[in-house]
Amino acid sequence: MAEKKTNRRDFLFTATYAVGAVGAGAVVWPMIDQMNPDASVKALASTEVDVSSVGPGKTITVLWRGKPVFIRRRTDKEIEEARSVKLEDLKHPEKDEDRAQNPEWLVMLGVCTHLGCVPLDQKGDYNGWFCPCHGSHYDTSGRIRKGPAPTNMEIPKYEFVNANTIKIG
Amino acid sequence: MSDHEYNPKSKFGKWFNDRLPLLTLANHLTDYPTPKNLNYWWTFGGILTFCLITQIVTGLVLAMHYIAHADMAFDSVEHIMRDVNYGWLIRYIHANGASMFFLAVYIHIFRSLFYGSYKAPREIIWIIGIIIYLLMMAAAFMGYVLPWGQMSFWGATVITNLFSAIPLVGEGIVTWLWGGYSVDNPTLTRFFTLHYLIPFLILGLVVLHIWALHVPGNNNPVGIDIKKPSKDTVPFHPYIVIKDGFALLMFMIVFAFFVFYTPNILGHADNYIEADPLVTPAHIVPEWYLLPFYAILRSVPDKLLGVIAMLSAIFILAALPWLDTSKIRSAVFRPLYRQFYWILVADVLILGYVGAMPAEGLYLLIARVATAYYFLHFLVILPVLGFKEKTLPLPISITEPVLGGSPNLAAAKNREGLKE
Repeated sequence: MAEKKTNRRDFLFTATYAVGAVGAGAVVWPMIDQMNPDASVKALASTEVDVSSVGPGKTITVLWRGKPVFIRRRTDKEIEEARSVKLEDLKHPEKDEDRAQNPEWLVMLGVCTHLGCVPLDQKGDYNGWFCPCHGSHYDTSGRIRKGPAPTNMEIPKYEFVNANTIKIG
Repeated sequence: MSDHEYNPKSKFGKWFNDRLPLLTLANHLTDYPTPKNLNYWWTFGGILTFCLITQIVTGLVLAMHYIAHADMAFDSVEHIMRDVNYGWLIRYIHANGASMFFLAVYIHIFRSLFYGSYKAPREIIWIIGIIIYLLMMAAAFMGYVLPWGQMSFWGATVITNLFSAIPLVGEGIVTWLWGGYSVDNPTLTRFFTLHYLIPFLILGLVVLHIWALHVPGNNNPVGIDIKKPSKDTVPFHPYIVIKDGFALLMFMIVFAFFVFYTPNILGHADNYIEADPLVTPAHIVPEWYLLPFYAILRSVPDKLLGVIAMLSAIFILAALPWLDTSKIRSAVFRPLYRQFYWILVADVLILGYVGAMPAEGLYLLIARVATAYYFLHFLVILPVLGFKEKTLPLPISITEPVLGGSPNLAAAKNREGLKE
């Protein structure tokens, strides 16, 4: 066969494929993106919680974006435990100071980072949380200490609107 | 497909068949030459077809009464159980039907493993079968979510979270699967849609599975190639139809026992509690048919590697025709493989057992050993065995071991040829 030369027809083929690919992408993307969170789900993205009735050593669980959020008013002993741990001992090193803006209040997603179960309060080897599904132990700062979970329990975006109200999200 | 031409007797039949050769197809299926030594392990293909049809018909009826909404799904299932005429029966058939389907498919798969049915020239049949098996697991999982009980919700949460193990895009994929930030109504409605769709995909693949089967014809317990049609074969109808029908009746007795006497024994009591996103049940276990893979997932201490191990355990089956290097199909003539086969069966049963137990202490140790052995079997033992094993001599036909053959192979082969 003779040496292949690029000609006008090759340009037309390439251009047609390119336009076709863009067209196919433009059709496929809406079909994929429709499965992402919709506007009504996103609209529920923040919640205000009144914490005035939560005494020291108590945890309340609120639903935010369909997920449980633990709001724990920690005792001095728990804060002391959380802050005295050496970072080298942690699987996912994070300072307690970075996890709790106000040391008395720990606000975090009550979702085990392994496969999404809800850990149990005041259980496990580190007096924090224990996930019954696959045995992950968390400390009083919600940091992973033992078990299959890869990271610490997540801290959502939150702020104190006033002394008794926390806005999550 | 058989080569012979089929000529319908009636004039209308001929007219129709010339335009759409359905009668040729029907004739092919009735006359289809089948090895005459097929044992009862070969009846599970027909039983599985029955299971698929049962699931589709009962599922269709349930969908007329079920409401796919997070606020109403649980109540609508109770409505089916209490108010709908025979709703309890239809739902129990559908729920236990899933278990019966898996029971039959596991027997079907292990029959292939014993008799080497996945080997050339039947690799495509085998791979289509593996795809059907994967789709069955997807359909079963999504179906289990629909009643919106505690096990539904938390099973869905745990399984969809497996995708979060993927680096970088994992979290995005999970949110996309959920259609939100947790398992919720959007998840339920899409699972319902897919649960409705998948059985029809399976039906299409079953047609391909049977089509691919009819090209080389059935493997058989002796595992040798046979001439078709010959005195080693019988027509599918009536011989195999009657045999499959009898096996199906026996199978339906087991099926009916579960439906009528212990309809909930294969389920979990927790699934009669409505889904609660704030409370995880103390002990989450999947349905029995997924337990071996669940054990493999939990035996690996790392999240991503655990997921990879679990998926590999399934996908490794697709590579089986090339991992097994032995030219001999049937384990009847492979004295060493036969022993390893039964060790594998025991290994999978052990994995299933520890998958139902808490992942700690001795159970975890056993799960790890059994997981390692599972991969050892497919990746080391099978490839090596094909070269090392001293296999037994194969008969030259199915009839020969029964009626006796000449010690002179050439003469015997010649005689076989003459009797065509």
